[in-house]
Amino acid sequence: MLSTPLVLAASFAYLLTLFGVAHWADRRAQAGRSVIGNAWVYTLSMGVYCTAWTYFGSIGRAASSGLWFLPIYLGPTLAMLLAGSLLRKMIRIARSYRITSIADFIASRYGKSRTLAALVTVIALVGILPYVALQLKAIASGLTVLTGTQGGSGPWWSDSTLYIALALAGFTVAFGTRHLDTSERHEGMVAAIAFESVVKLLAFLALGVFVCWGLFDGPGDIFARAAAQPALKGLSGLGAESKFAGGQWFALTLLAMLSVIFLPRQFQVMVVENVDERHVQRATWAFPAYLLLINLFVLPIALGGLLHFGVGGADPETFVLSLPLANAQPALALVAFIGGLSAATGMVIVEAIAVSTMVSNDLVMPLLLRWQRGSERDLSVLPLAVRRTVIVALLLLGYLYFRIAGEAYALVSIGLISFAAVAQFAPVLLGGMYWKGGTRAGALAGLAAGFALWAWTLLLPSIAKSGWMDKEFVADGPFGIALLRPEQLLGLTGLDNLTHALLWSLLVNAALYVAVSLAREPSTREAAQAQLFVDVFRRAPAAGRATPVFWRGRARLAELQQLAARFLGAEAAQRLFADWARRRGIVSVQYIEPDAQLVEHVETQLAGAIGSGSAHAVVAAVVEEEPLAPGDILRMADEASQVRALNRQLEDLDRQKDDFMSSVTHELRTPLTSIRAFAELMRDDPDMQAEQRQQFLGLVVGEAERLSRLVNQVLDMAKIESGHAEWRNDEIDLRELIAHAVQTTAEVFRERGAVVCVQQPDAVPTLHADRDRLLQVLLNLLSNAAKFVPAGSGRVEVRLTADARGARVEVCDNGPGVTLDQQQLVFEKFRQGGDAANRPQGTGLGLPISRQIVEHFGGRMWLRSEPGQGACFGFELPWTRQQEETSA
Amino acid sequence: MNKRVLIADDEPNIVISLEFLMKREGHVVSIARDGPSALEAIRTTRPDLVLLDVMMPGMSGFEVCQAVRADEALAGVRILMLSAKGRDTDIAKGSAMGADAYMTKPFSTRELAEKVRELLSAA
Repeated sequence: MLSTPLVLAASFAYLLTLFGVAHWADRRAQAGRSVIGNAWVYTLSMGVYCTAWTYFGSIGRAASSGLWFLPIYLGPTLAMLLAGSLLRKMIRIARSYRITSIADFIASRYGKSRTLAALVTVIALVGILPYVALQLKAIASGLTVLTGTQGGSGPWWSDSTLYIALALAGFTVAFGTRHLDTSERHEGMVAAIAFESVVKLLAFLALGVFVCWGLFDGPGDIFARAAAQPALKGLSGLGAESKFAGGQWFALTLLAMLSVIFLPRQFQVMVVENVDERHVQRATWAFPAYLLLINLFVLPIALGGLLHFGVGGADPETFVLSLPLANAQPALALVAFIGGLSAATGMVIVEAIAVSTMVSNDLVMPLLLRWQRGSERDLSVLPLAVRRTVIVALLLLGYLYFRIAGEAYALVSIGLISFAAVAQFAPVLLGGMYWKGGTRAGALAGLAAGFALWAWTLLLPSIAKSGWMDKEFVADGPFGIALLRPEQLLGLTGLDNLTHALLWSLLVNAALYVAVSLAREPSTREAAQAQLFVDVFRRAPAAGRATPVFWRGRARLAELQQLAARFLGAEAAQRLFADWARRRGIVSVQYIEPDAQLVEHVETQLAGAIGSGSAHAVVAAVVEEEPLAPGDILRMADEASQVRALNRQLEDLDRQKDDFMSSVTHELRTPLTSIRAFAELMRDDPDMQAEQRQQFLGLVVGEAERLSRLVNQVLDMAKIESGHAEWRNDEIDLRELIAHAVQTTAEVFRERGAVVCVQQPDAVPTLHADRDRLLQVLLNLLSNAAKFVPAGSGRVEVRLTADARGARVEVCDNGPGVTLDQQQLVFEKFRQGGDAANRPQGTGLGLPISRQIVEHFGGRMWLRSEPGQGACFGFELPWTRQQEETSA
Repeated sequence: MNKRVLIADDEPNIVISLEFLMKREGHVVSIARDGPSALEAIRTTRPDLVLLDVMMPGMSGFEVCQAVRADEALAGVRILMLSAKGRDTDIAKGSAMGADAYMTKPFSTRELAEKVRELLSAA
C-alpha cells in the first residue's frame, strides 16, 4: 500500500508536468517554432484513442474472455490501413470550410442545418458522458487499489477524484479555449496529448516486462502454465468455449473501425488539429504500430494476474496495480497508476474540448442568438465563455455520473456502448463525402432512427441490468410484446446484444438515410454543399484560386462589418476586412464590394467561431438572398472553374502586355539616349572639329531613323495583334515579288560586298495575299541576311519552290548562323540575334511581324541553322482554297 | 588628376557619346561591351569609376555591381548605373546592389558629367 498523500502528490505533479509541456508548446508556437508540425507528434496524439479503458479494461476483458480485447485494436488498424484517403479528404474538407467538430461537419454537408448539428451533438453528448465518467472511475479505482482507501465514496468534498476532475477542467479551459476561432489549432493541448501517449505506453510496457520476466520466465512460461490450468485454458483461444464467434468478431472490429474515425476526440486530433495532410501517411502505419505495442502485454498480464491471484482472487481490471503491489514493487505500481492517469486524462481533455465546441456552437449559441435577436451587443466574448462553462459542466456531470452509476457497469461495456453511439454517424458522414444525393431530411431520419434503436437495444437494457429500471421489458418486451424485446428485436435471436444492436441500428440508419434522401431532390443549398464536400479536391479554395460561391443576392458592407465585429471582436473584424481589401487590391476597406465572395468569406470566418450553422443563420439575417434553382448550382460550379481559367488567361495577357510595354520603353529610350547625348555634346562644344561633328550628325540621323522604324513597327505589330490591320487580297506572282525585293536591297548587299542569287522554277501559280505585306516579309529576311553575312565574301541564296500544297521561300546566308538557344528566341519580340559588339541596328520586331503576316495567310515560318553554317529563314504559304479548286 | 573610367554598355552609339564626354572631362577611358567582360575589366584594371549599363548581354549590370561589391579588393571602385528602365523599383534595386549613383536614359550630358565629377572627388 502507498500513502494517499504520496499518490496524490505524484498525480498532481504529473498534471503539473502536463501543464508545463502544454505551456512550452504554446510558447514555441508563438515563437514560430511549432512542435506539433511533425508526423510523429500527430501519430502520438492519435494515441488518445487508448483511454483508461484500454489501460485497465482490456486486461479485464482478456482475463474474462481471452482474445476478445483484440477487435478493439484490429478495427483501428484496419481503418488506418484502408482509410488514409478518407481521412485526407475529411481533413481537406474541414480545413477548406473551417469545420470545427464532427457535428459541424455533418450539419455543414447537409445545407448547414442547425437541427442536424443539434442532433449530432446530443448523440455525441449522450454517448460520451458515460465514457468520461468511466475515466474518472478508472482513476478512482486506481487510487483505491494503491492506497487501500475507498475512492469515490465518502463525502464529495473529500473525494480526490473530484479534484482531479477539476484540475482537468482547468487544464482544458487553459489550453483548449485559447482562441475564439476553434478551427485554429491547440498546439499546447496536442503536445500534451502526444506526451501522454508516450507516458502510458512506457508505463504499460514497463509493467508488461515486469510481469513477464520479473514474476515469470517470459511469456512462454505464462502461456504454458495457463494451459495447464483448466480454468484458464480457454483464454488463449478466440472466444467462449473456444468457439470462434465470427459475427461478433466482425461486429466488434467494425465498431472499432468506425469509432477510431468518428469519436469526437479522434475527429478533434486527426482532423481539426491536423497541421499537414501529409502527416496522415506516416500515421497510417505508425498508429497501428503504436496500438500493437500497447497491446503486446495485455494477455500475458491478464494470465499472469490470474495465475498469481487465482481466478476471482483480485479484480483483473486493476491487475496493472495489484500485481506490482503484491510483489513489493510500490514504485512500479505508482508508475503504472500514472500511466493509467495519463490514459484517462488525455481522453477527458480532448473529449471535453471537442464536445464543448459542439455544445457551444450547436446547442447553446443558437438559443442565445434567438434571445439576442435584434440586439447590437458585442458577442465576441460569448462563445469562449460558453465553451469554458461547458467544459467545467461536462467534467462535473461526468463526476456526478460516476458517483451515481460508477459501480453499475464494468468498464468495457460502457466503452462499447459509447462506440456504438458514435458509429451512428458513419452512414451520413461517409455518404455525405462520396454521394451527392444525400439530403438533410435523409440524414435526420437516419441519425434519429439509428440513435433511437441504439438507445432501445443497448442503452436501456444496460440501464435495466444495473437495476435502475424494471428488467421485465428486456425479458418479455414492453407490454409483453415479444417482438419488441430490445435484445431480440423482431425475433432476431442468436446474436449477442452488441452485435444485435449494431446490426439493427446501422441497418435502419443507413436504409432510412438513403431512402429518404432519394425520395426528394436535394435543395439548392444541399446540392451546393454536396458539390463542395464530394468534389473538395477539385473545388476547395487553394491559394490564389477563386472559390465557387453558390449564392446570389445583395448585402451591405456596413452590416457585414457590424456582424463580424459582433462575433469576432472589433479588432479581428477590422483585420478581416483589411486583409480582404489587400488581397483584392482594393485601396481602402470602404470601397470593398459586398459581393457573394465576401459574404461567403465572412460566413466562413464566423463559422470558425460559432459553427457553420449559426454562422449561416446570422449572415442570412443581414443579407438578401435570391433563391437559386437546383440547375444553377451545377452551372455556378462550372462558372467558378471557367472564371479560374479566364483569370489565368487574363493574368498571362497582363504580364505579356507589361513585358511588351517595358521592352518598348527600353527600345525607344535607347536611340533617344544617343540622339540627346550627341546633340548636347555638339551644343556644349561649339569648337568641335568639323569631321567629328559630321560623324555625330550621321549617328543622330541613323538613330532617328531607327526610332521612326521602331515606332512604325510597334504600331504595325499592335495593329496586327489587335486584328485592326487591313489586309488586301492581291494576286501575287512570287517570282516577280522576289525580283522586286532583291532589287530593293541590291544596294545594301553591294555595300557589304555580298552576292545574292535566286533559284526558282520557270513559273509558279499566283498566290492570293497582301502584296505589300509579303514584300515586307521578304525585305525583312533579305535585310537580316545582309546584316549577318561576312563583309566582302557574303553569299545569299533565295530559293522558291512550289508544290500542290503551296509555295515555299527560303533565304539562306553564309553568316555565323544562330545558336540553338537563340533559335527559340528569334521570333520573339525584341530578341535580336547577333553578338553584342556588332549587333545590327534592328528593332527586334522584324521577324515577329513577318511571322504574324505569314501566319495570317495560313502559312508558317521557320529557321534552320547550324552554328557556323549560316542561317536559313523560310516560310510556306498555302494556295488558297479557291485556287486549289481551280487548279484541280 | 587623370582618372580612369570604364564604360560598360552594349549600345555602340551610346558608348561613342560617353567615350567622347569622358575624354573631354580629361579621363582615361576603357570600354566593355557585355557583362562578363565588364567584370573582367574591373578586376584587372581597377578603374576609379564604372559607367555601368543595366541591360547588357551575358550578365546584367545589377549582377556585375553585386559581384564587384562582394569583392573587398574592389571597394574603391565607384559605380554609376545607367538604365533605360527608370522605374522606382529599378533605382531601389540599383542602390540595394551597392551602386553609388543611378541615372536613367536618356540622360543629360551636363548632369552626367557633374555626377561623375562628384563621385570622383569623393573618392
